[in-house]
Formats: sequence, structure tokens, C-alpha cells
Amino acid sequence: MYQYDNIDQTIVNERVTQFRDQTSRYLSGKLTDDEFRPLRLQNGLYIQRHAPMLRIAIPYGLLSSKQLRKLADIADRFDRGYGHFSTRQNLQLNWPKLEETPDILEELSKVEMHAIQTSGNCIRNITTDQFAGVAPDEIIDPRAIAEILRQWSTFHPEFSLLPRKFKIAVSGSKQDRAIVQAHDIGLEFYYDKEQKMAIRVWVGGGLGRTPILGSVIREHLEWEHVLTYCEAIIRVYNLHGRRDNIYKARIKILVKALGVEEFKKQVEAEWLHLKNSPNTINEGELKRVTKFFTQMPYEKLKDQDDAFDEVNKNNKAFASWVKRSVHPHKQKGYRSVTLSLKPHGLAPGDATSDQMRIVAELADQYSFGELRVSHEQNLILADVKLKDIFKLWEKAKAHQLATPNIGLLTDIICCPGGDFCSLANAKSIPIATSIQEAFDDLDYLHDIGELELNISGCMNACGHHHIGHIGVLGVDKDGSEWYQVTIGGKQGNDASLGTVIGPSFAAEEMPGVVKKLIDVYIKQRNPEERFIDTVRRLGVNPFKEHVYA
Amino acid sequence: MLNSQLILNQSIVDDEWTFVPLPSGHEEIKKQAGKVVLFKLTGESLPSELQINETVIPQTGKIILPLSVYLKNRDALQHRAKNNEIALWIATHETLDPLISAEKDINIFPLIAVFVERFQDGRIFTLGNLLRTRHQFKNTLRAFGDVLQDQLFYLKRSGFDSYLIKEGKDPNEALKALQSFSDPYQGAVDIKEPVWKRKVRS
Ligand code: HEM
Ligand code: SF4
Repeated sequence: MYQYDNIDQTIVNERVTQFRDQTSRYLSGKLTDDEFRPLRLQNGLYIQRHAPMLRIAIPYGLLSSKQLRKLADIADRFDRGYGHFSTRQNLQLNWPKLEETPDILEELSKVEMHAIQTSGNCIRNITTDQFAGVAPDEIIDPRAIAEILRQWSTFHPEFSLLPRKFKIAVSGSKQDRAIVQAHDIGLEFYYDKEQKMAIRVWVGGGLGRTPILGSVIREHLEWEHVLTYCEAIIRVYNLHGRRDNIYKARIKILVKALGVEEFKKQVEAEWLHLKNSPNTINEGELKRVTKFFTQMPYEKLKDQDDAFDEVNKNNKAFASWVKRSVHPHKQKGYRSVTLSLKPHGLAPGDATSDQMRIVAELADQYSFGELRVSHEQNLILADVKLKDIFKLWEKAKAHQLATPNIGLLTDIICCPGGDFCSLANAKSIPIATSIQEAFDDLDYLHDIGELELNISGCMNACGHHHIGHIGVLGVDKDGSEWYQVTIGGKQGNDASLGTVIGPSFAAEEMPGVVKKLIDVYIKQRNPEERFIDTVRRLGVNPFKEHVYA
Repeated sequence: MLNSQLILNQSIVDDEWTFVPLPSGHEEIKKQAGKVVLFKLTGESLPSELQINETVIPQTGKIILPLSVYLKNRDALQHRAKNNEIALWIATHETLDPLISAEKDINIFPLIAVFVERFQDGRIFTLGNLLRTRHQFKNTLRAFGDVLQDQLFYLKRSGFDSYLIKEGKDPNEALKALQSFSDPYQGAVDIKEPVWKRKVRS
């Protein structure tokens, strides 16, 4: 993975010093709340329901075992022994003390980590596919470009106080797993007709209060220009995006108001001035950064293992876990393995510091000391030998990391909601756990098959409810908590936004509502048809009728 | 209402310029809602005719005029401009277009200042960048208004070389913030080349 040189390290160290100074100026009254707010936010520090919340950057979701151990130690020393992996591939601590955050940042800097630009109105942590570099459908490994984007966006002077937060996602594979269409800028890599690497540029996507899928503003961008083209887009946005109303300040609103064609015209005009300027990348720099992400020292193996096949045949529990958690790999004899952070009955995406240490150990033992965080809030060991998978499973299982529910109904994406977040209209964790409990029969769960259920505690959509096959949104009605249900949302190349099926429900009704949706699906599905495809084929009406009957 | 000391080229100096504000208190005029125009101006008014007409222009000395007031009185001010007595200020929501179309060479101004009303308004950076790169402005570029030490590093990188720190904050303390980071990653106005073109990285 990427390793800091002394330039990277110096920047992160200097940030710690700067933030220590800012925090002490705030604590001594030299900075007001209003003045300190944008500064702390750009360091991932929120003021939350119970305490501050600190969002630690995990650039493009990649972590070393050493970093994960450090996160575990920080969670123990400065928090309550757990952390929350978020849909933007970050880690959130719910109980740090404001006075101690500079110390936390200093600890992080020792393992090449930070909380820079994880919040605030700037270019946020760049996200990508959790299978980057190992997926068989990969066209290019997007991590080098993501790292180049990370460096370019870190303390970018022109874009440090944008109208609103700005999110960029990069996808390098045929199947989009980075949700490029739900980002302010989505960069989709592909090989063009001349077999040269090119980028399709999406702009103006985002969830939140006004969910919009992005539009393509450039079908073919030569990769050398990725930074300058982003500069042109963000410059137009910085000058013309609304600043009077935070709900209308995202780039998607500007793109929609101007129309994609007009927006594109302005971007292209701006780009003419920026094209070939010094931030243009060249082959040498791409190669230099790519070197950090080259293939692991794989052994030459057969793509089949007798012992693995044997247990897979005889151990039903193992087999059903393998079916969901083990993914194909470019390299013969290797697989990627998802460790579920969704055991039934606990907060989705949470990991205790003990679990973090276990995962670090598993990564060291079985996956070259690295792991990834997915936007579905699970952890991935990307390079596991087929013959090690059984041992890995046994250890993971002993620590509640092997619930065989990846991609199934109970692999719920869920924001922290009313239990932690001061913006929430309703709780979301208890809804997730009650649905998980209602679907505790694993056979049934596997029979239902692929299904994404996403829950957000308010319209900010941190839990991606709009793109869940089933989406649940917490709403406030006369001071009590209610839940609105959407169906038909989807991530990926054929992304779609869900449709609201009707009036909202009380918390205790939610597991029943999901059951009814599933009943309709089971009754109506064609063989092998996924829930989402049944919804797309039939429309929402049959579901609506049954749920409200 | 303004700090009397400012930072110029990394040291503290007295301000030799007289700042000319726009008269306030008049009803603000909203721009007509042309689709594109709307965005630039939502929530922000441009100076009205009345404001421009009622601005009192000091007869002698070095003055910083609102761009709109300068443009309106351009002919009468030419001899003073030749004497290096005229500087301009613009607000972050104004565009540079009227300036650029009126003035062939903006380097006739020894100073251009950009007023930022709210700390959080990052348009100032893009304006600085455009003045320095696209329009080749070579003289003093000043930031004033809600300017705190915590923006200085970004302002410097966006082409500013003079900062009037917000009243009540210590410019001496602010000075050190210009050095917050020693080796920025990306190319910008001050250091054009990104770090990987400046240094050997392995
Ligand atoms: C706990 C405190 C949190 C606060 C105060 C918070 C705040 C917000 C706000 C204000 C928005 C709305 C932005 C907009 O207008 O588009 C938002 C969106 C979002 N947040 Fe959070 N959030 C929190 C936690 C989380 C967590 C835990 C996750 C991941 C699990 C997350 C991931 C996201 C994502 C993915 C969006 C989507 C918006 C988009 O794509 O347009 N946030 N958050
Ligand atoms: S969706 Fe709303 S409730 Fe949930 S974390 Fe985001 S802001 Fe908080």
C-alpha cells in the first residue's frame, strides 16, 4: 500500500501542530465557536449528541494491520473501546474528548494516518472499490489515481472553503462498486478503442435531501488531465454554487439549475485555461505511485484446493459463509474474503478494539498485512489463499466476524442515527437490529438472496437509503419517530433511486413491513430473480398494496 | 472598524491606503433572475446606482475604491491613477468581467483588494488565482474583511501577498500561520509545480 515519504509525513505532522494550536486558541477563548467550527470540521471533529465525534480518514478504504492496531489502541485509550466504520470508508469515534483530539491526531500521525478533510466544505476523503487491485473484472487499479487525488486535494488552497462538502469516487472496474453516480464527481476508468486508459467523468450526483444521480459531462478524458479537469469543475462550482442556502449548495443543484450542457460548456471553457498546467500528471508520477500498489508477492497456486472443497462439501455452516463472503480473485488460488461487521443484534459497522486486533492478526496471517473497508461497512481481507480460508473462518467466527450475511437482507447499511447523531430525526440502529432479529433464520435469509437494505436516521442520507433495494428513512412527525420506506433503489452501473411506497410506519412495525415486502417478492419472483429485479419488473404497486392492506 | 496594521510580504506594516466603503443602509437591489446570473448573485446584492453615486471619493491621497465606483468615475480618476493613487476593492460575489473589459492593463492599479464577508467564503481563493494567473496581475493583492490567520496559508497560495487581519485579532500572531506547511502537495499560484515535480520522491 502507499507509504509516506518525509514529505507526506511532514505535512501530517505540521497539521497536528496546526490543529493543536487551533484547539488551544479555541479553549483559551481566542477563537469563537463560529470561527473554530470550520477548522475543527476540516479535521473531522463534530460536536455530537453525547460528545465530540472524530472521523478518521481511511484513504480509499485501505488499511495496514499496523494502522488497525493503532486504531484499536486509540479506541481504548481515548474512547470507549470501539469504532464505527462508515459508508465513506472512514472510522468514527463517538466519545473522544475535544481537548484530547490533538493527541489522537498525533498518535495517528505515527502510523501515517490523519483526519484531514473528513468533514467540512472541502474535498473529502476519496473513495473507491473495496476490491481494487484484486477484482477479476478490473480494468485498472484505481488506487494510484485515488492516492494522486488524495495528495492533490489535501489542503488544496483554492478549494479549501467550498460552498459545501465535495465527494469524489473512483472506479476502475466493469462493475461499479464505488457508486460513482452518487458523488459530486465520479471518475470511471475504462480502456478506449485504442486500448488507452481513459476516464468517463460523472458530475452532480449525491444523496441527501435532494437525491440525484450524476450525469456524464465528459465521455473520454485522458488520465493525464484528471486533476486539471477536476479543477475546472470545482472552480466553476466554487464561483457559482449557491452559498445562501446550505440545502442548495451542492454541485448537483448547480448542475441541475444550469442544465448539464451549460454546466459542461462552462467547465470546458475553464479547462482550456488549465489543461496542461503544472498539475497535469505524467507517466513517471503515475508509475511512481503505482509501484506502491503493485501485486502482492503471490505464490503460484492451482485455482482449486482439495481440502477446501472437502470442508465446503461437508460443513454446511462453512459452505453458506463461503457462498456469501468469499469473492473471486485475479490471482489463481487466491480469494477475497469479507468479514461481516453485521452480526445480528449489534450496531452495523461497529467494531470493538478487540475485534480490530483480531482482524489485524488475521490480515497479518492470511492477507499480507492489509485490509480494506467497504462502503457497506464491512472489512475485507483481499488476498487470502484458498487453502487458508477454513482456518480464517474458524478464527473470524470465534469473534463474531463471520456472520454469513454478506449481500443479504441483514447486511444492513446503517447510519448511527438518533443514538449518536444530533441531526437525526429518528433512531436507526434499533431498526436495523430488530430487522436482523426478525430474519434470524439463515436458510430463509439465503433463500431470499441478494438484497440491500439501507437505513438513514434523517434525510442527510448517511445510510444511503435512496440506493437501497429497500430503503428506510427516519422522519419526525409531531415529535415522534417514524420511518418512510422506499424500494427499487440500487447502486452500481444501473444505479437507481428508490420510490417511496406510501405513508411512514412506527418503529415496531418495521420488521413486519420488511417481511411483507419479502412475501410479495417470494410469491412473485421468477426463478433466480433478485428482489431488485422483481421490483423493477412489477413496479411498486403490488408491494404497496400488500404492505398497506 | 479595520485593523490599522497589516501584513505585507510577511511583515507587519502600517496601512498607507485609505479604504473607501460603499454607503450602506439603502435598500438592496436584487439582480434580475437570469438563470446563470441568479447563481452568482443569490442572496448577495451588487451595489445599487444610488450607493455608487453617493460614495464619497476623497480628493487626495491613496484610496481604495469599490470597483463599481471606480468604473463609474473612471475618466475623472485617470490622472490620479497615473499617480498610483487609485486602488480597487471587490467583493467575493462580484465577477472580474467588468474590470477586465474596462481596463486593458489591470497593472495600472498598485493594489487590488478582495473583501471577504464570511470566513467560510472560499470564492476569494479563486478570485485571487484568476487575477494572478489569467489576468496577470503583478502588484499587491490584499485580502480583507473576515480574515483570520487560519486562512492565510491558503490565501498566500492563491496569490495574495497582503492581509488585513480582522479587527481584534493579533496580526503578529497571524504571521506565523503563513508558514503552517513547508512543502505543499499541489501546484498553485505561489508554487506552481506540484511537489513531485519539485522534489525527488521515491
Ligand atoms: C454522527 C454524525 C454525523 C453527522 C453529523 C453527519 C452529517 C451529515 C450531513 C449534514 C449530511 C448531509 C449532507 C448533504 O446535504 O448532502 C451527511 C451526508 C452523508 N453522510 Fe453523514 N453524518 C454523520 C455520520 C455519518 C456516518 C456514520 C456515515 C456513514 C455510515 C456518514 C456518511 C454520509 C454519507 C454517505 C452521506 C451522503 C450524502 C451524499 O452522498 O450526498 N455520515 N452527513
Ligand atoms: S443520516 Fe442523519 S441521522 Fe444518520 S448519521 Fe447522517 S445526519 Fe445523522
